[in-house]
Amino acid sequence: VRTLSKFAARRARALLQNALCALCLTAFAIPLHAAPPDAPSAIVIQNATILTVSHGNIEHGSILIKDGKIAEVGQSVKAPKDAQVIDAAGQFVMPGIIDCHSHIAIEAVNEGSISVSSIVNMEEVLNPEDIDIYRDVAGGVTSANVLHGSANAIGGQTLVIKLRWGQPASKLPFEGALPGIKFALGENPKRSNFSFPGQPRRYPTTRMGVEETIRAAFSEARDYEKAWLDYNKRSAAGEKNLIPPRRDLRLEPLVEVMEGKRYVHAHCYREDEILMLLRVAKEFGFKVRTFQHILEGYKVADELAADGVGASTFSDWWAYKVEAYDAIPYNAAVMTRRGVIVSINSDDAEEATHLNQEAAKTMKYGGMTHDEALKMVTLNPAIQLGIDKRVGTIDVGKDADIVIYNHDPLSAYAVVQKTMIDGRIYFDRQQDIAARPEREKEKKALTDKLKKAGEKKEERKPGEKKPEEKKPEEKKPEEKKPEEKKPEDKPKPPQAIADDAADALPGGAL
Amino acid sequence: MRSNLRLRCVSAACLTLFFVLLHVAPNVRAQGGEPQYFAIRGAKVVPVSGPPVEGATVVISRGLITGIGKDIAIPPEAWVVDGKGLTVYPGLIDAFTDVGIPAAPTPEGGAAGGGGARRFAEGQARGPEDRPASTPWRSGADEVSLTDKRIETWRNGGFTTVVSAPKGGIFPGQAAVLDLAGERPGDLVVKSPVAIPLGFQTSGGFGGGFPSSIMGVLAYIHQVWLDTSWSVEAQTIYEKNPRSMARPRYDRTEAALAEALEDHALVLIPANNSIQLRRAFELADRWQVTGALYGGQMAYEVAPEIAAKKLPVIVNLKWPEAEKDTDPEDKPSLRTLQFRDRAPSSPAALSKAGVKFAFYSGGLATPKDALKAAKKSIDAGLAPDAALRALTLSAAEIFRVADRLGSIETGKIANLVVTDGDLFEEKTKIKMVFVDGHRFEIHEPEKPKDPPKGDISGKWKLSFTSPEGPEESVADLTMDKDGTLSGTTSGKRGTSSIISGYLSADKFSFTINIVVEGGPADVTFSGTFDGTSLKGNISVLSYSFEFTGVKPNASSSASVNLGGAQ
Repeated sequence: VRTLSKFAARRARALLQNALCALCLTAFAIPLHAAPPDAPSAIVIQNATILTVSHGNIEHGSILIKDGKIAEVGQSVKAPKDAQVIDAAGQFVMPGIIDCHSHIAIEAVNEGSISVSSIVNMEEVLNPEDIDIYRDVAGGVTSANVLHGSANAIGGQTLVIKLRWGQPASKLPFEGALPGIKFALGENPKRSNFSFPGQPRRYPTTRMGVEETIRAAFSEARDYEKAWLDYNKRSAAGEKNLIPPRRDLRLEPLVEVMEGKRYVHAHCYREDEILMLLRVAKEFGFKVRTFQHILEGYKVADELAADGVGASTFSDWWAYKVEAYDAIPYNAAVMTRRGVIVSINSDDAEEATHLNQEAAKTMKYGGMTHDEALKMVTLNPAIQLGIDKRVGTIDVGKDADIVIYNHDPLSAYAVVQKTMIDGRIYFDRQQDIAARPEREKEKKALTDKLKKAGEKKEERKPGEKKPEEKKPEEKKPEEKKPEEKKPEDKPKPPQAIADDAADALPGGAL
Repeated sequence: MRSNLRLRCVSAACLTLFFVLLHVAPNVRAQGGEPQYFAIRGAKVVPVSGPPVEGATVVISRGLITGIGKDIAIPPEAWVVDGKGLTVYPGLIDAFTDVGIPAAPTPEGGAAGGGGARRFAEGQARGPEDRPASTPWRSGADEVSLTDKRIETWRNGGFTTVVSAPKGGIFPGQAAVLDLAGERPGDLVVKSPVAIPLGFQTSGGFGGGFPSSIMGVLAYIHQVWLDTSWSVEAQTIYEKNPRSMARPRYDRTEAALAEALEDHALVLIPANNSIQLRRAFELADRWQVTGALYGGQMAYEVAPEIAAKKLPVIVNLKWPEAEKDTDPEDKPSLRTLQFRDRAPSSPAALSKAGVKFAFYSGGLATPKDALKAAKKSIDAGLAPDAALRALTLSAAEIFRVADRLGSIETGKIANLVVTDGDLFEEKTKIKMVFVDGHRFEIHEPEKPKDPPKGDISGKWKLSFTSPEGPEESVADLTMDKDGTLSGTTSGKRGTSSIISGYLSADKFSFTINIVVEGGPADVTFSGTFDGTSLKGNISVLSYSFEFTGVKPNASSSASVNLGGAQ
């Protein structure tokens, strides 16, 4: 009985969340977006402990940033006179954190109605005003792999973004990063078919069915690819009156997967389903780029390493459902020691604000070195997402995606002071704190003004002349700052309810 | 339930009779008995296509404007209207609505996408191939119904023309330009189709079928446009040599869209905030259709970008505001507050950026509300003549009917609004409206004669016995100082806004309009207010029954209010 009622409660919450999401779409329940801060052409960060991740740490070191790129790194740099200087004495600088599994900055997560939802593309529903972008920037995250949910065996098209808070949606995608597609194995795709009264259940309902669904979709995609090849061949041979194949937006991304133009990020937990997907991938001649969550990865680390598949997992988060029971905190370390590229991800906007601490846990569980732990949230996810030439370490020529902490980022006391993307400061803790009273003032003034206008409207006689209204105020965009950001707040305890709800969401993020 | 059904049947029958008597009859008179030639002499004429002319004459002959100027000849057969003190404007255009098109009947079974409110519930779509929530073949022109009471309401409010389309779903149907007067439904149609409106509507989440998300909706629309152009191409190739070729399948959605696009119908893309507006630019490019945006209330942020894209905007006049009865603890974000504050400045921003824009009434209940909302955008920086243009010629231009509508020019359709002052002044009254050359004299709703005795404002619990049995409803009244009433009533038939009402001395009257099966009907509550209670009659169609009203929180508040008002 208890299980049942819990299930009912979860479902109610899930429905509520859906309803809330629908509301978000229409109600502009969004905080203001800040104008993107201007970047000076040259910036020097000096006196810092630089954690390069690629070539050790530099005490009292400096970084020169020019036009958004790292131009020099070392004990001292030759800075131009007009360079903006950031004195980071006693502070720690590391590459921006890359979250390999995120659902921020989008208006919806799941197209859960169908088992193969490859027709949808997360890039089309980017929401640059999602406050979670700013919160995660405040937690040191600079890039994120924005994924579709896990309601479907084959989910939607995904993309990597930079967390350029304040920029329009078109400026968020990580330029040149290969797009991806979400797959999901196990419980979520098979249990997303909650039976609503009077409605048919969605196929599949077993792990066997999940495999069959993926296989069937790729068979179709292979036929589709062939139909086009045939058509192109015949039409090139001069054949007239040919009806071209109908373009199918559901199958095109799968053809791209087989052509190696799109990465597969597969949500999974259990060893059997992991091996299943590796077999199916071989059959259709594509590679799985990353397995996500992969809590039983330690059981199949050798197979993963042999296939060169990346693993993106949680530090110590499990047992929220049956398939997530057989997990150990040593997972990341075991897979790393066996030669798998491993990253630690968030799958959650709040978790993403302290991925540095999540990475640090791999030192306690499994004995990772300081650098190996840092790599879990920097270089390794960069490699997994194919963006390691641009980001992931502090090296000359790379994007100036940099975080400055007041302590060693792997310490529990570390708080982000500044986060920089492409050499622009997108989060500055001091400025943020300083700007809060002004925002509160503006909010109060507007509330009063709108309230007054509402009252006037009701009082005014029909024939009476409208009192003079003020011209719309001209607001300087640079004054706008996101209204809700409280990095100094105590870190939230693990959100039992929220996590539970996310888990219960049919095909929820987990 | 059963008695409810019976009443509906009865009322439907009554209603039919009612409309035969009330609506067709005056129209017949208008067609047969009324003159076809008019001259409005010595009025201020605001042609919109040119500067206003004082003391001018406008001549109307058989539905068209045949003369405008200071010293033009008045045909001897014309009825002459003395235009002294009057201003003549082109008929106003509500650029996106469903006025004139009653809600579709509930579809009977069948495949998904049957149209109407239940479009998703009938068997869920398993993908784009099931064409969810799509009825692009529904033609606004073909679904015009003279029983729609709003035709008269809108016309009396100065709107002679609407761009009207069926409602509901992702591809709800095709929009037509309608003139708001005629003897038969077809008389109203000026041009069809003029637009294919889109709605980014989801099936409502898990278990509801495809598409359940906004990205699903977008993907679906992408696929439909691709399918449409594919079917045109495939059909052409097939027709050349059908022998030994498998025939391309017929699809009603593709066929209807292909035909509408061939007629140069505009694709109306919903886009209200900055994210949606910017997304819409990309959608219009990707779809390779001639697009227009509707919503546009955050254009104050992105007007120059819209201008660069050369997309017209149909601005929703229902400005965002705090919803009534929301949780007072629920504090809106700064961004939401800024949006509420600045939305009415969007038209000014569009005008400044050189974007072509028109207005639509959105969810506003009355044409008067629409004019008030347009005035708000004037107060927020829009030039009054630009506001007028948005309500007339710009709308006609966007929907490609400026060659026949939208301004006072010789040869154009005689759609005119005659007022006793500036259109946007609140005290201005509309005296007369011409639609296709037919004259409609406007009688403003009855105003209170005497100052109100007491304050009738507040929530009232109304009790009455309708033919269906005892009922209760709540009237939430707001009274202006002169006794004019506004507000809502809510009960088991839903919530309705009060169209007009007053308290004159101790006599009150207010009217709502509710939809009885088959069409809308006025319901008037009138009677006496003694300071603490209401007593009177409800009249609807041929029925009349007594009602009483008390304040739910009884005596104290009523007496306090009474004191306060005096």
